[in-house]
Amino acid sequence: MTNHWNDYQHSDVIMAIGGNTAENHPISMKWIGRARGRKGAKLICVDPRYNRTAAVADLYVPIRPGTNIAYLGGLINYILQNERYHKEYVEHYTNASFLVNENFSFDENTGLFTGAEPDPVRNATKYSMQDWQYQTDAQGNIRKDPALTDPNCSFQLLKKHYSRYTIDNVSRITGTPIDVLEQSYSLYSSTGQAGKAGNILYAMGITQFTHGAQNVRAVAIVQLLLGNMGIAGGGVNAQRGQSNVQGATDMAMLYHIIPGYNPCPQQGAHPTLADYLARTTPQKNWWSNRPKYIVSLLKAFYGANATAANGFGYQWLPKLDGLDHSHIPAYKYMRDGEVEGLICVADNPLVGGSSSRAKLGYQKNLKWLVSIDVVENETASFWKGPGMNPAEIDTEVFILPAAFSYEREGEKANSGRWIQWMWKAQEPPGNAKADLWIVNEMFKKLQTLYQAEGGTVPEQITMMSWDYDGPDGQIDIVKVCREINGYRVNDGSLVTNFVGLQDDGSTACGNWLYSGYYNNLESPATKKRIRETEGLGFHKDWSFAWPLNRRIVYNRASCDLQGKPWNPDAPVIWWDAAQGRWVGNDVPDIPGAWSFEYSTENPFIMLPEGVGRLFSIGYQGIGGLLDGPFPTHYEPADSPVPNLLYPQATYNPVSQRFYEDHTVETDEERQRYPHIATSYRLVEHYQSGSVTRNQPWLVEMMPEMFAEISEEHAEELGVKNGDMLIIESKRLYKDGEQGHIRARACVTRRIQPLMIDGVRRHVVGMPFHWGFMGMSTGDSANDLTPSVGDPNTTIPEYKAFLCNVRRA
Amino acid sequence: MDMTRRDFFKLTGATAAAAALTAVGVRKVAASTGEPLRIKYSKEYHTICTYCGVGCGIICHVQDGIIVNAEGDPDHPISEGTLCSKGSSIFNATYIYDEKGRPRLNPARLTNVLYRAPRSDRYEVRDWDWALTEIAKRIKDTRDRTLVQTVDVGGRTVTVNRTNAINWLGSAWCTGEENYLFHKMCRAMGVINLDHCARL
Amino acid sequence: MAQAMCLIDTSRCIGCRGCQAACKQWNQLPAETTTFTGSYENPPRFSSDTWCRVAFREHGDNGRVDWLMSKQGCMHCTDAACMQACPVGAIYRTAFGTVDIDQVKCIGCNYCVVACPFDVIGFDRRTNKARKCTFCIDRLENGLQPACAIVCPTRSITFGDASDLVPEAMIRADRLRAAGRVNARIYGLDELNGTAMLYVLTDAPEKYGLPADPEVPLQTRISNVIFRPLRLVVVVAAVFGLWATRSRSKQLEQARTESK
Repeated sequence: MTNHWNDYQHSDVIMAIGGNTAENHPISMKWIGRARGRKGAKLICVDPRYNRTAAVADLYVPIRPGTNIAYLGGLINYILQNERYHKEYVEHYTNASFLVNENFSFDENTGLFTGAEPDPVRNATKYSMQDWQYQTDAQGNIRKDPALTDPNCSFQLLKKHYSRYTIDNVSRITGTPIDVLEQSYSLYSSTGQAGKAGNILYAMGITQFTHGAQNVRAVAIVQLLLGNMGIAGGGVNAQRGQSNVQGATDMAMLYHIIPGYNPCPQQGAHPTLADYLARTTPQKNWWSNRPKYIVSLLKAFYGANATAANGFGYQWLPKLDGLDHSHIPAYKYMRDGEVEGLICVADNPLVGGSSSRAKLGYQKNLKWLVSIDVVENETASFWKGPGMNPAEIDTEVFILPAAFSYEREGEKANSGRWIQWMWKAQEPPGNAKADLWIVNEMFKKLQTLYQAEGGTVPEQITMMSWDYDGPDGQIDIVKVCREINGYRVNDGSLVTNFVGLQDDGSTACGNWLYSGYYNNLESPATKKRIRETEGLGFHKDWSFAWPLNRRIVYNRASCDLQGKPWNPDAPVIWWDAAQGRWVGNDVPDIPGAWSFEYSTENPFIMLPEGVGRLFSIGYQGIGGLLDGPFPTHYEPADSPVPNLLYPQATYNPVSQRFYEDHTVETDEERQRYPHIATSYRLVEHYQSGSVTRNQPWLVEMMPEMFAEISEEHAEELGVKNGDMLIIESKRLYKDGEQGHIRARACVTRRIQPLMIDGVRRHVVGMPFHWGFMGMSTGDSANDLTPSVGDPNTTIPEYKAFLCNVRRA
Repeated sequence: MDMTRRDFFKLTGATAAAAALTAVGVRKVAASTGEPLRIKYSKEYHTICTYCGVGCGIICHVQDGIIVNAEGDPDHPISEGTLCSKGSSIFNATYIYDEKGRPRLNPARLTNVLYRAPRSDRYEVRDWDWALTEIAKRIKDTRDRTLVQTVDVGGRTVTVNRTNAINWLGSAWCTGEENYLFHKMCRAMGVINLDHCARL
Repeated sequence: MAQAMCLIDTSRCIGCRGCQAACKQWNQLPAETTTFTGSYENPPRFSSDTWCRVAFREHGDNGRVDWLMSKQGCMHCTDAACMQACPVGAIYRTAFGTVDIDQVKCIGCNYCVVACPFDVIGFDRRTNKARKCTFCIDRLENGLQPACAIVCPTRSITFGDASDLVPEAMIRADRLRAAGRVNARIYGLDELNGTAMLYVLTDAPEKYGLPADPEVPLQTRISNVIFRPLRLVVVVAAVFGLWATRSRSKQLEQARTESK
């Protein structure tokens, strides 16, 4: 989130797209409700199902799963054609005026941008991106056309790209009635003026597609055009589905990054620290500080063993091989016998992962498996799963009992980046232990083993600085907090924030973004519990928000060129001419050393060009997407119809496809799997359900797996409410065995057939919370979902796939 | 008992000035149960709800080291004491009420280290030291055999120190401190197959 | 004495069921075993272990949908049928104007269960007593809001004094009508001479699964007139109760099959 939960109260129009906020983030409705009560704000719900959010929305917009870019592209086109954009904002705070390389083009027949070439490694398309760049003059300055009329400026290219996304075309693709499209476009684009705030909030219904990252880009473009970035009540607000998914991402529990959103070193581009820093550090703006963060991180990792002479231990960091190592390919490596061990911490991919039933069989190839969780989950007990014969499975399984959230202490970062402290209320039951204790003891054992016996490159393990024991020989969390916050190496004193970090090895910091969260030992910022009594509801003395306790990022853009808030009723920051500095309700997103003029030219401080990108230039280690400078409508991998905008295109040509014959490709298959399916969560259950399916109160409310179908569909099937259904997809369980799940029918008016290009199509909705373990068992919708991924993130396409439904 | 609607209004009207009841609390009137509030002698601990990304505040009421009640924290600026069904049920993750209404540990909660031997059809209870020692041996065995130390990139030898033989799936359920140490441990082991719920 | 009240504004309800879970949590009520019958609504009815439920009802035609959600439970009526039905005076009005069952005095005759026009009272087979929502009397006495009210994210349930909430309800119903919800109304002001659970409904009560015109059942009125003054004749009363129960259970069965 660029903004935060309480900030929703400042919105004038809120669009919930690809996120059922009333269901999955019920407390958000408190703040949306406050906006409605205070200023008559309107709520638009864009979703395939008439869900709990739709039930209380001012406008419900039905949409076919997987067509968000068509919908948002239509909105972009509407904003441009009807001149609803915030002109001053677009001209100065975006790259609208920047001229793009003349060779750049887009083929409306193939749906491909310039630079497309075959990618033999992935058997897909890739882009060279060399033409997706700005034009520069002899001095290297970017060429601009402030009038925004040059056909090669971002603004004109954007206008041209989206001219095809007419309301008629969008309606044919998304199945949304034309009048509803117009109403929603008109209402949302009313925020494209100073003093009005539009808020787009989304969740996995935007990201979990083969074009998920581009969906988010489309949201960002809308918000930039309407001047909704940086202001109170605006923003691109990703509503996080887990209590610390923000924090786990910040801490880089992901193969491609190391803590603080720094890329994980690649063998090709970054053989040495010098190469890494040279290639990932831009000349201008915030990321020019990267060397300070990287060297401080290496000092935190390797302590005294990290010296300037040995590149601060850089050689011990594993280097990537250029391949994808996210969970879909990691399970493929498991299938192929490359993976021997799996360590799974409070994660349950056999319910939560795509094509999960097939993965059940892949786990048989494991030699050992460690599961750290509060309950016995499906992933750990896969050998008890359907079709498994324990006598044939050699895998050793270790289950380590963990503590529940209120049985441990530490911080969690919410969607609004608030790093909030949790105090421990009770001891975990029996021999269960907090994960912090477990990881400490696990690593100490491993390090001791290598110290005693040596092994392959033992230094990688023995040189790792690991000293977190307190006087009692147990983990001391303060030592961990101190390392994450950052300290000066010579005297061990805590740094106030990341401004104090250095690139010479004199500071250590585990995550620069968190620097300042544990700024002193007595009353660290993360533990603050002081509510604001007046102001905008930013509560800056409640916990700590990264970065630097800033509650709205890019807040320079909340002011006009003179430094006055666009909206004087909700002023985030402003320029105080008398004092000659920025002041306000939030921490200004402007480095102290910057002049007023420089900050005006660079409101988006993380980007080298300093302004928001309508046109996303080619990848340079920071920003930029692999599948095009503009979001483009591609069908989901399992598509019911041809691409109606680009005749030769179908699904995203750059998308990640790992398995042969895995998605629906032929007309014969489209007839076999004619219905459009989508998966989702329920408020009563959590993710893979391993915890909530074992809680009687929640099981009482939502006892069984079900599938939602329309009344018309039920009539065709001869199915009554509560009958058992069988739902099939192309995904196989194992060789030759058809993938299918059982679910109770929920026959409902809330699901309506959609007219897609003149043909009536049924939509099937399924939660994915069930599995074969626990108090409430059932099949997971993920047994049916395809293992295809977005090219930028490899997030699977959970939210749009094809299925067949029949009566059990 | 036999109030009419007029009385009903009269009663309520009469108290408006007294403001005995407000939206934030009520004045104590004669007690009818005669028993102290069941959380009266408990200690309060502040925690954050472990489910979605809103980050609601929860107060755990603890008596004799055991949580007896867990409800919304009215001081929390985001949630202001409110919770959804999952948040309200968080007590149930550890304790349930049986059919007689007596509290007991949720039988689904793991309280022991469990081990399943190859081809076995059951788990056996083990102790922590044994399990952590054995796990360290498994990691070492796999890593020592599979670690790729160097590769040739365009004629240049590059140190890579990675293994593709261990998958680590982390969690959005764990705290920042835990994830930081998990990340550190992964990179120390040379693990590159690393992912968590953000993608799952 | 003040009249405690919960204003339940159904236009704000998002069906998150925080109230339903919070009720079980605070009142230490065990879960029931349920099955999925085609609706989000569960458990299907009130019982001695389920005092608060969110009802989900679907309506609409020609592609238009109305998904009505509402927190339901004991209404704490002014004309409380349960109080009239109770032969031993175990059901009483509290200092807060709410209705409570004295678990010591209750003889488990089940009359109140049968008499309640909202079917919210459950018979507890473990103790042979009737149980229902207490309005969290223990919390009220200690200056705390009822568990269902404090937990409600959208303030669909607002706790306060009737003198504040009745006018507030009127304003809200007016506002809803002005915004085009022509059937919006207050429920619980005229009904049974006023209830401490006061609803702002966006549509007719039947659409929420609430009785359009709740009243104290005839059997209860007769029983109240005939048996109550005598304060005995338990045997006769029991026979009478059997008759009443049977007719009532038929209605219940019918309601169940219709509900969704």
